Amino acid sequence: MSTPIPHLVIVGNGMVGHRLTEQLRQHAGPDVLRLTVISEERRLAYDRVHLSSHFDDPRPNLSLATDAGYREAGVTVVTGRADAVNLTAKTVQIAGWTLAYDALVFATGSFPFVPPVPGRDARGCFVYRTLDDLDAIREAAQDTQVGVVIGGGLLGLEAAGALRKLGLETHVVEFAPHLMPAQLDAEGGAALRRTIEAMGIGVHVNTTTQQVRTDDAGRVTGLDFGGGAGLDAGLVVFSAGIRPRDDLARAAGLTVGERGGVLIDDTCRTSDPHVYAVGECALHDGRVYGLVAPGYQMAKVAAVNVLRDLGLLDAAPAQFRGADLSTKLKLLGVEVGSFGDAKGVTPGARSVSLSDNVRGTYSKVVLSGDGRVLGGLLVGDTARYSDLLDLTLSGTPLSVPPETLIVPPLPGGAVSTSSDALLCSCENVRESALCAAIAEGARDVASLKKCTGAGTGCGGCVPSLHGLLHSELRRLGETVTNHLCEHYPYSRQELFDLIRVRGHTTWDEVLDAHGSGLGCEICKPAVGSILATLHNELVVAPQHAPVQDTNDAFLANIQKNGTYSVVPRIPGGEVTAEGLIAIGAVAQQFGLYCKITGGQRIDLLGAQRDDLPAIWEALIAAGFESGHAYGKSLRTVKSCVGSTWCRYGVQDSTSLAIRLELRYRGLRSPHKLKSGVSGCTRECAEARSKDFGIIATEKGWNVYVGGNGGVTPKHALLLASDLTEDEVITLLDRYLMFYVRTADRLQRTSAWLENLEGGLEYLRAVIIDDRLGLCAELDAEMQRHIGTYQDEWAAAVADPAIRARFRTFINTDARDDGVQWVDERGQIRPADHPHFYPLPMLGGD
Amino acid sequence: MTLTATPTPVPLPMTRVCALDDILPGTGVCALISGQQVAVFRVGERVYAIGNRDPFTGANVLSRGLTGSYTAGGQTRVKVASPLLKHAFDLDSGLSLDDPSVSVPVYAARTEGGDVWTGSLA
Repeated sequence: MSTPIPHLVIVGNGMVGHRLTEQLRQHAGPDVLRLTVISEERRLAYDRVHLSSHFDDPRPNLSLATDAGYREAGVTVVTGRADAVNLTAKTVQIAGWTLAYDALVFATGSFPFVPPVPGRDARGCFVYRTLDDLDAIREAAQDTQVGVVIGGGLLGLEAAGALRKLGLETHVVEFAPHLMPAQLDAEGGAALRRTIEAMGIGVHVNTTTQQVRTDDAGRVTGLDFGGGAGLDAGLVVFSAGIRPRDDLARAAGLTVGERGGVLIDDTCRTSDPHVYAVGECALHDGRVYGLVAPGYQMAKVAAVNVLRDLGLLDAAPAQFRGADLSTKLKLLGVEVGSFGDAKGVTPGARSVSLSDNVRGTYSKVVLSGDGRVLGGLLVGDTARYSDLLDLTLSGTPLSVPPETLIVPPLPGGAVSTSSDALLCSCENVRESALCAAIAEGARDVASLKKCTGAGTGCGGCVPSLHGLLHSELRRLGETVTNHLCEHYPYSRQELFDLIRVRGHTTWDEVLDAHGSGLGCEICKPAVGSILATLHNELVVAPQHAPVQDTNDAFLANIQKNGTYSVVPRIPGGEVTAEGLIAIGAVAQQFGLYCKITGGQRIDLLGAQRDDLPAIWEALIAAGFESGHAYGKSLRTVKSCVGSTWCRYGVQDSTSLAIRLELRYRGLRSPHKLKSGVSGCTRECAEARSKDFGIIATEKGWNVYVGGNGGVTPKHALLLASDLTEDEVITLLDRYLMFYVRTADRLQRTSAWLENLEGGLEYLRAVIIDDRLGLCAELDAEMQRHIGTYQDEWAAAVADPAIRARFRTFINTDARDDGVQWVDERGQIRPADHPHFYPLPMLGGD
Repeated sequence: MTLTATPTPVPLPMTRVCALDDILPGTGVCALISGQQVAVFRVGERVYAIGNRDPFTGANVLSRGLTGSYTAGGQTRVKVASPLLKHAFDLDSGLSLDDPSVSVPVYAARTEGGDVWTGSLA
């Protein structure tokens, strides 16, 4: 037999206790360390931070640990409550068993504090701590209409959100003069209160509950606040702070704090050298942390030190030196951020604040006498959280007036308060950081993304990154390549010409002749688009399918959870009652979420990939084709009702919009194309924010080009006026063909037009005066596009080989179990998958 | 910031997934093996298999990504870009090309008599 290996026992299996097992197993496997976990709850560790999502439908899996996982990691789980610890004998007593340990860790967490209010034990009173508590609340909620939460701290508001999800009229009662008294000041609390009240939640601050009212059967009927005031309610949740669970440690003789908590030093060791404590049961430097992030830090520290004690790790001792309590979180959908000395208690501190009770926002920075940021608060909008936290932590003196830190950014980034513009707001990356990265050698957007993180969030800033990279490289005197990517040493326009002149028809031919390697996610769709523009073959044909981005590959829009949305084509927004009913029936049959889009169409979201062909079949049977709401192609031509119905309309905008959409549908282009037709200058179709827009006048039609919404909005420019409908069509044919052939990859018409040497005048010369003699060719190209258009969805469903590609799994008919829905306002939406944000866990301080 | 734990590949039996001809050259399919979603790709002369879940978004979509090649340290390697936010993963190692701390599980994959097999690395 081998020599006995050391035995470590962890009492408690919450988030921190579980994190500790992970940390330990990272360094010491089952062959060198015996690990036993005592779990009092019948469930293993789960994500308590997202407790209230337990009421979502379907219920998300909050588990952090499983029996199988622990088995695999060689962790023994003992379910039950530890009765006693003998520090001298080094044993834990549990239900008649005696476990000998070499090292012991308390991770017993905390329990909710229930104020000594008469009636607090009545039926219908709950605390908000465990999944069992939540199940009990859910059951009780079925018999009542009104629920009250006592406590307006973090967890109290979390609990209020849960009651609201259960469909109860919800109230929050807070003893302090404002909500979240531990984190917010009066003004911040008031801003939060306004927003929460606007959601229909009753907020009662400055209110002490004197008694819980009950009926004869001992059931809760409401609260008394004294002086005749009160609330009727059938359900009460107490959320008035936490108390560390130190009873076991206390009974064993470990040192505990005056107000509770197992005393630990910087190594997380208790007063006994073989015993550690972590998380909410621990008292460090006079403080009990009710947050998960410091608990995780303690778990990391304790793991290192306990393994050193047992001779299993050769490393320096780890130290816990307290935790930054800055927090950013979303409560009931309201963003709240608090950092540093948020309340301005530092002597000599002054503060600057901005409160906007229309937007529902409040921002405050606290400054030291010498102008450094000490802390602050953000309610309703935490976009500047990381910037301000940075300033607080770095302690650098301010170089700008403090009020500029909290004024909302100017719209569209048109004017920046500093020369150092924030380019990527998802990742908070400024121009200076990007320029530094370029100076250090970043030569393409991919490396910029990698070293700065910019562009890795929503991606909306990627075009700006391109622009900045090019201008910065030019400034540095370097050659700027316009190569598509590492596989093609050509720009899109150059490649377009090569493909056209050489007559290539497939990706393989193009790659063989002009590229290298296997291609990538940049050049494949670009070449696919060029081939589609030139030849208009089915994009899902076997020779073209492998280069299509997912939306073109599946002829629908992929959404965040991997399902797709289908947008039936409704040219001009004109649809019959029968058509509407048919679309509704499809949505009903396939359980889809319905939303009217910004482009006057109906979005049907949540389609599973394997349902797409059947959905299209049903739509086709009702006379619809699915529409291009994806990919780089014509999306929609928006319209108003025009002279047909409108008392101001001077031309029939609807008919022209329908004609244009049907003419240009399926046209693949460097970027998406949108259009609008307005029946008079009142511009109800917003035609001037589109890539091409047409506005009616008494004398005919005015054509505008090069506009767009999006990140950098542009008004379209007047190309020609007072045209007949046929003249409009001729002009647009040429404009669009000239654009799709000459624009750069992902260049929208506005940027293309700006970069066109000679601008609008040159465009007029080419497509109206035919200065280059190209018009006949452009006309013929468009004619060919129209002549070869086919309903791609009908073609896809008719071909069994293409249809087979829509199966979720190649080897079974099962569906993706990762797709989970919750109900919102009577329809489905994707369930949020749990993230491990370092969010506060509990209210109180 | 999402904390993405390094995935523990679940042991999977070697399984016949489909015929090689069922996968269009350069594309991927998804197979379900012992409850696990495995993205199987046919790239160049080889087949590759990795977990189907995109760790950046949590969606099961990697099999629908565009495959491609990239050059690193003078070597040509193969990758797939997730269709959601275009995060790319090396098909041999499963490592993210965007964040070195993130990876997806890698499985063994081979062709045998016109069939594609995949499962855990021996």
